[in-house]
Amino acid sequence: MFNRLTAALVASSVLTGVAWAETTVTAVMHSGLRVLDPVITTAHITRNHAYMIYDVLLAQDSQFQPQPQMADWAVSDDQKTYTFTLRDGLKFHDGAPVTATDVVASLKRWAQKDAGGQVIMDRTASLEATDDKTVTWTLNEPFVPMLDVLSKQSALPPFIMPARVAETPADQAITDYTGSGPFVFVEAEFQPGISVTYAKNADYVPRSEPADWMAGGKTVNVDTVKWVNMPDIQTAVNALSGGEIDYIEQMQVDLLPLLEGDPNIAVEVREPTGMQTMARMNFLHPPFDNEKVRQAALKAISQEPVLAAMIGNPEYYQICGAVLGCGTPLGSEADAETLTQGGGAEEAKALLAEAGYDGTPVVLMAPTDLVALATQPVVVSQMLRDAGFTVDMQPMDWQTLVTRRAGQAAPSEGGWNMFITNWMVPEISNPIANPMLNGRGNDAWFGWPNDEAIEQLKSDYIAAADADAQKAVAEQVQERALENVLLVPLGQYSLPQARRATITDMINSPVPVFWNLKKAE
Amino acid sequence: MAQTPEPASAMQPVLRVLRLPHLGLGQKIAAVVLVLIIGATLLAPWLAPHDPLTMNPLMRLKGPMESHPLGTDNFGRDILSRVLIGGRLSLAIGIATAVVSVLLGLVIGLIAGFFRTADAIIMRMMDALMAIPAILLAIALVALNGPSVGSVIAAITIPEIPRVVRLVRAVVLAAREEPYVEAAIALGSSMPKILIRHLVPNTLAPLIVQGTYILASAILTEAILSFLGAGVSTETPTWGNIMAEGRMYFRIKPELIMWPGLMLSLCILSINLLGDAARDMLDPRLQKRAG
Amino acid sequence: MLGYLIRRVLAVIPVMLLVAVFVFLLLRLTPGDPAAIIAGDMATPAQLERIREAMGLNQPLHIQFFTWVGQLLQGDLGTSLISRTSVSGMIADRMGPTLAIALLTILMSVALAVPMGVLAAWKHRSAADYAVMTFSVLGFSVPVFVIGYIFILIFSLKLGWFPVQGYTPISAGIGPFLKNAFLPALTLTTIYVALIARMTRANMLEVLGEDYIRTARAKGAPEGRVLFRHALKNAAVPILTVIGTGFALLIGGVVVTETVFNIPGIGRLTVDAILARDYPVIQAMILLTSFLYVLVNLLIDLSYSLFDPRIRY
Repeated sequence: MFNRLTAALVASSVLTGVAWAETTVTAVMHSGLRVLDPVITTAHITRNHAYMIYDVLLAQDSQFQPQPQMADWAVSDDQKTYTFTLRDGLKFHDGAPVTATDVVASLKRWAQKDAGGQVIMDRTASLEATDDKTVTWTLNEPFVPMLDVLSKQSALPPFIMPARVAETPADQAITDYTGSGPFVFVEAEFQPGISVTYAKNADYVPRSEPADWMAGGKTVNVDTVKWVNMPDIQTAVNALSGGEIDYIEQMQVDLLPLLEGDPNIAVEVREPTGMQTMARMNFLHPPFDNEKVRQAALKAISQEPVLAAMIGNPEYYQICGAVLGCGTPLGSEADAETLTQGGGAEEAKALLAEAGYDGTPVVLMAPTDLVALATQPVVVSQMLRDAGFTVDMQPMDWQTLVTRRAGQAAPSEGGWNMFITNWMVPEISNPIANPMLNGRGNDAWFGWPNDEAIEQLKSDYIAAADADAQKAVAEQVQERALENVLLVPLGQYSLPQARRATITDMINSPVPVFWNLKKAE
Repeated sequence: MAQTPEPASAMQPVLRVLRLPHLGLGQKIAAVVLVLIIGATLLAPWLAPHDPLTMNPLMRLKGPMESHPLGTDNFGRDILSRVLIGGRLSLAIGIATAVVSVLLGLVIGLIAGFFRTADAIIMRMMDALMAIPAILLAIALVALNGPSVGSVIAAITIPEIPRVVRLVRAVVLAAREEPYVEAAIALGSSMPKILIRHLVPNTLAPLIVQGTYILASAILTEAILSFLGAGVSTETPTWGNIMAEGRMYFRIKPELIMWPGLMLSLCILSINLLGDAARDMLDPRLQKRAG
Repeated sequence: MLGYLIRRVLAVIPVMLLVAVFVFLLLRLTPGDPAAIIAGDMATPAQLERIREAMGLNQPLHIQFFTWVGQLLQGDLGTSLISRTSVSGMIADRMGPTLAIALLTILMSVALAVPMGVLAAWKHRSAADYAVMTFSVLGFSVPVFVIGYIFILIFSLKLGWFPVQGYTPISAGIGPFLKNAFLPALTLTTIYVALIARMTRANMLEVLGEDYIRTARAKGAPEGRVLFRHALKNAAVPILTVIGTGFALLIGGVVVTETVFNIPGIGRLTVDAILARDYPVIQAMILLTSFLYVLVNLLIDLSYSLFDPRIRY
């Protein structure tokens, strides 16, 4: 009786408070925000931060189609000139209007770092502000994926900054965090790696269309959004149950039973296409400088144990042999039967014997501090050993791994043979954007394969006239990538998000965004 | 520290410890528990029902059952086997740390205590080393050198050395005023001979006590290093890294922390109780009052 | 007295200089490249070289060392490699929670441990003595994070008395502060109580055997007065010392509890910095904690003369 009375009192005081209280959404994101410049890093947390405070020229909708966001566009008949016209009402957080000069400066800085941007720049005749509201981009030759690259939502989207900020050299971090996006960065409350606060940008004029992924109107319905970092996911779960926080971006599937049956909490998968986890080998050093040995490793690995150990509940993972991802327009699972169904150990042993493998240890780097990457190396090393490999699994923190994978030294002198990482599927779903499919030796992604065949296939892909032709090339890309073992796809997974039931109308995009959502008290 | 009339009798307190009847009930229980734990870890390869590394992803996080008396971890590995085998490395790290830090501390302490010139420099270095919080120094050492067993032992050992050095130096400083040491110097005994024949025996008793405390705290430190993400790989289980890996599952699978935690705590508790017993027996002042 | 004071304060300088050398060598002689961290995940070897050049990492070690110490003396702790913000600002932001919880821990520990130690010594070899001794050994034997998790399980999840995580500054009110800070402080208190209770008991035992206590008792002084006025006052010096040397232990404990309870203090800052190879932050934090340790012990040394009239300089 007493309890019910107190509960009623508390409830009524909360209800009367609504009219006055500022609404704050407290969210636990997948990692702590430390780097604030979306051009110098591909870290997802930095990209998510950038979507809060910056706006983008074009944006991707839920059909993966480019849509106008800050600007509309027109393409000339010869497909060489793109004209972007800024919409009205765009203002930076300092009150200055967004001009075409700001856009050009931002695009130029972005294009120095982004792989897609570099490809466009290689074909660019001129990129300039023709007047305050118009940007004209002229190419030497048509480039079909132009708008797809400019509207992509990951690694790296071109965010628009004031020209004075965009003049910072592309390998130096910016120090002025003025954007024109729907939220304002509260610099005074920023604690790197701990918490970051965003205030609603009252001056933001959303588009009139309804929000659709990153496209459409970005209407903000809360006053403040606060991201807090909790390195221990269990702490976050406890805090969510206790109502101390509103949202967890990535739940550990094993801990879902703790939230089940709580009517105040909803668990759902946000990213319809999820993440790909995959292994990469070092092409420069034995034993993986030998194609046969790489193929043996591929045959030795089966996805199911990796995914089962990593995620547990099969509802949240998907066995997928496609280099370009499953559930994507271009994904093909050709030649991946041993990955998806297992049973390749004997073939692996035969290949090893054929290659004359001499027991050179495979240095497998295993990060211990990131939950999403900690289990795969343990399972993979067991499968490699079962097939006859000698494996030296070296535990280290992620930062060490990132430093070490950049070095080309021999594995015995601080180098490496193999590591495993995860990608968002949209990041790897086309041959141009997929970093593992770069075959330009020293200029390629860590592992440095020299693969002219894959480079030729990518040129064919760019030249492809239509979607069918692209798909045909993508099929060949899949076969070539697995033949040369440019990567070993280990499957796809989705980590569900969890929210208090008071949070509604969240956008179901791969990037977690905080516009559109509402918070009830 | 106690004044010891001559080196021969310096060995007596040490011998006294070895006479078990002096132990109280609590200490006897501690001794039995410790023997059981050490026995279980030594016999682990025969006692463990499974290979501690064999994974079975389809048998993850299962509760106790006949084939897995304590259940399985997040890779489907047998928890009992891992806890038993894990104790070996935990204890080995503890013992290695105790032995290495006592030996290094003894040598440095003897030098500091005997050679006035070296004393000032050595002791300032020890002061500096002591000023750095041990756990921070240890994490830094492991993180920067890579988390191998060797670097974990080094990381736990280095911060322990100054305490041993101070102890040894204090004993040596007291002892070198003793007539028999002065006499030995006057008679022209060589320096190493004086150190080994007259001074080392004096330091033995307090070093044994200090060694047991270091052993206990090293096992604990290993666990904390693992917890903070700077421990050895879980491919070689220790009590610490089993708990560190299991902490995420604390609410759904508390066994992953409780069992290694219980073994580790009982082990350290026993070592500490026996260390206290040894100290009480070796300290004549407490002896007198007890008698 | 003044001469002693000056000598004692001056003695801090060589110690801190040696700490600086240790820290510097520790970071420079181990593998790891600050330039690679700055350059990010898409760096080319040429970019790395440029950054190394700009940071002075190509210069001889001793030049780098003196440059660094020179900056330190001007109060410049450098800039974080990861977040590119000033290290002193980061530390200032994170100092509050750690200090508040450390002080609360010391208060709670002394309030619990000194009476426990006095009781144990007074009732030597009684059940109370064994209980205190067992408890204090237990405090050393269970890993801090296990204690923390057990407290969370009982007090936060089962009983719902305290939040499971987070920190509220004292400026938001003493009530909200205690709600967040109590469990972490209690967790740390278990170790610290163990340490102080042991030391109090040992020293009280020693003092209680002294002649002047026997005299006081023989003269019929009330037992409470004997224990607390005569005995404890004389046992205070070693107890103070142990609070000082325990400071290092406290720092170690803080690092762990801040992780368990998700408190944005300097302990987590340091661990995060070490794991992320954020060299300027690691250097600054190790120097700072060492300096605090030296400072605390200096103050305790100097306060001896207040508590122990026999010590005069």
